[in-house]
Amino acid sequence: MSVIEIKNLHKIYNESEVKVHAVNGINLSFEQGEFAAIVGPSGSGKTTLLNMIGGLDSPTEGQIIVGGTEINKLKAGKLIDFRMRNIGFVFQAYNLIPVLTAKENVEFIMHLQGVSKQDREKRTKELLIAVGLGDRINSRPSKLSGGQQQRVAVARALASKPKFVLADEPTANLDSKSTENLLDIMEKLNKEENITFIFSTHDARVVKKAHRVITVEDGKVISDERK
Amino acid sequence: MNNVKIAWRNLWRNKKRTFITVASIFFGVFLSTFMTSMQQGSYSGMIDNIVKFYSGYIQIQNEDYWENKTINNSFQLTDSLISTIKSVTEITQITPRLESFALISTENLSQGAVVVGIEPENENNLTGLSKWVKEGNYLSSNDDGILMGKLLAKYLKANINDTIVLLSQGYHGSGAAGKFVLRGILDFPSPELSKGFVYMELKNCQQFYSAEGFLTSLVLMVKDQSHLPKAKRKLSKIINSPYRIMTWDEMSPEMVNMIESDKAGGVIMKIILYMIISFGIFGTILMMLNERKREFGVMIAIGMQKTKLGKILFYETLMIGLLGVVLGFLVSIPTIAYYFAHPIVLTGDAAKTMIDIGVEPLMKFSWKAMVFYNQVIIVFVITFLIAFLPLTNINKLNVVKALKG
Ligand SMILES: Nc1ncnc2c1ncn2[C@@H]1O[C@H](COP(=O)(O)OP(=O)(O)OP(=O)(O)O)[C@@H](O)[C@H]1O
Ligand SMILES: [Mg+2]
Repeated sequence: MSVIEIKNLHKIYNESEVKVHAVNGINLSFEQGEFAAIVGPSGSGKTTLLNMIGGLDSPTEGQIIVGGTEINKLKAGKLIDFRMRNIGFVFQAYNLIPVLTAKENVEFIMHLQGVSKQDREKRTKELLIAVGLGDRINSRPSKLSGGQQQRVAVARALASKPKFVLADEPTANLDSKSTENLLDIMEKLNKEENITFIFSTHDARVVKKAHRVITVEDGKVISDERK
Repeated sequence: MNNVKIAWRNLWRNKKRTFITVASIFFGVFLSTFMTSMQQGSYSGMIDNIVKFYSGYIQIQNEDYWENKTINNSFQLTDSLISTIKSVTEITQITPRLESFALISTENLSQGAVVVGIEPENENNLTGLSKWVKEGNYLSSNDDGILMGKLLAKYLKANINDTIVLLSQGYHGSGAAGKFVLRGILDFPSPELSKGFVYMELKNCQQFYSAEGFLTSLVLMVKDQSHLPKAKRKLSKIINSPYRIMTWDEMSPEMVNMIESDKAGGVIMKIILYMIISFGIFGTILMMLNERKREFGVMIAIGMQKTKLGKILFYETLMIGLLGVVLGFLVSIPTIAYYFAHPIVLTGDAAKTMIDIGVEPLMKFSWKAMVFYNQVIIVFVITFLIAFLPLTNINKLNVVKALKG
């Protein structure tokens, strides 16, 4: 069974006079352990698609089924809970809670999940070591570089043991070295722990690393290649 | 990380802003406490003055006397009345008076004045009458002389040891006439009193008015204003017709009006002060919410319930309020303690007016608990209410929009 099942997904914005068909009839499915990139020109609907997959935005039409749950049918509070238990998020920037240290940021979500202190600390340490920040556990985000912050964000996304991780342009604000570094970590986690990553990007080097490349244009999937 | 801890750390993210907000709350609490203390202090000072100057806290009169102040509406002083009053433990002092009107004359000049019969020693204990004697002497017990106000003496061109003639109507229409020696001249601060008051020994006065054993009032004191309600309650249970209990506020409605209108002015000032504080806190919270929208978006996206986030922000606002209120309270205490012990001595016109109406030229402060806790409660309630703003704000937050920043 697929981790994510997307059926006939539409998103129409009609807040302004012009109707925008940001996502226009997308059908996709993702399997456990995928390392998939969503690419496409600016305004093609990548963010809109990822937001709907992550349950942050609601579709105008269609279904998103995550592990058998039709998430677009969930009530607001339940949906937040669902995200906490099943989906890891990495955003473009300012992912972290500024007043919390790297460790506390990673622990934060496990706290919400009610994981015991002992388990939390163990897992946090493992994750921060895995993203190469074992020595920066107690730093606040403002004391970390952009690349380090994104790595903490990846560690946090994994903390809840999600079914998959969504990352909307996670490297957009990073230099090429940090980009490569972050991708390597994500790839390693994908390979070694079989973690599903779905990310959008503009960066050709990032696209090259992906095992599956989905190209969208005008809200439609125009190609879907597996390597 | 619990909510309170996160909230506490958030406070110190923008130190300057937190400081300014805390400071504005602090000043609000401090200024309103200071103002209230000053107001309350000056009211009790005023009441104290008026009460100790003449009226006493309570008077026992004939029930018709207040409406119709004639010697015919006097009453007989009985031992049982005295012992009844003395049974009320709040009453600290008692002095009798017989008051009526008379024409006061010297050789060629006459003037109307109030004649007050007093027990010299008792009266002096209660009102400190003797301190106004600037020429001659105060009355001794069984004295057959009189005292009069300075302006009256001046008008009548009367000097110490001159003989003064008093003419009036006595009890139940009998004629009253007598010659008295001027013992002393009273330099009252109030021109009203100075122009229109004559004092003599009670028995002497009763004789003059052919009203032996009669009084127009018994003047009672309690320790201070706070003992008055209880004393009054007890007295009203045991003193009935034909007597009547009058309290200082019933006898001096002008003073009550003055205090009430001053209080109203104070309330308006406080409302303005509280409004400034409210807008200050409100603005800070709005600014903070706006700046941190993106962060809130991330928190909700990764799985934090809006109610939990709202709680954190609620605590943040409450902590700011609490900090300001506690600081304001802590600084008010020693400040007001100081001014309570060292009232501000007034100078200039204000002082002169006060002296003229017989009031010490002091700005007194009150040390009553309500002075403190009223402001603390009000400002805290204001912050508490404003603390709900983030709750509604977060509830309406659109995650996708917030993430866009
Ligand atoms: N809230 C909105 N209201 C109206 N139109 C919107 C809204 N959000 C997105 N759009 C429109 O939907 C379309 C898809 O936007 P989206 O952000 O998904 O594109 P994208 O592929 O992520 O672009 P980029 O590569 O620049 O991030 C765009 O035409 C955009 O203008
Ligand atoms: Mg985008």
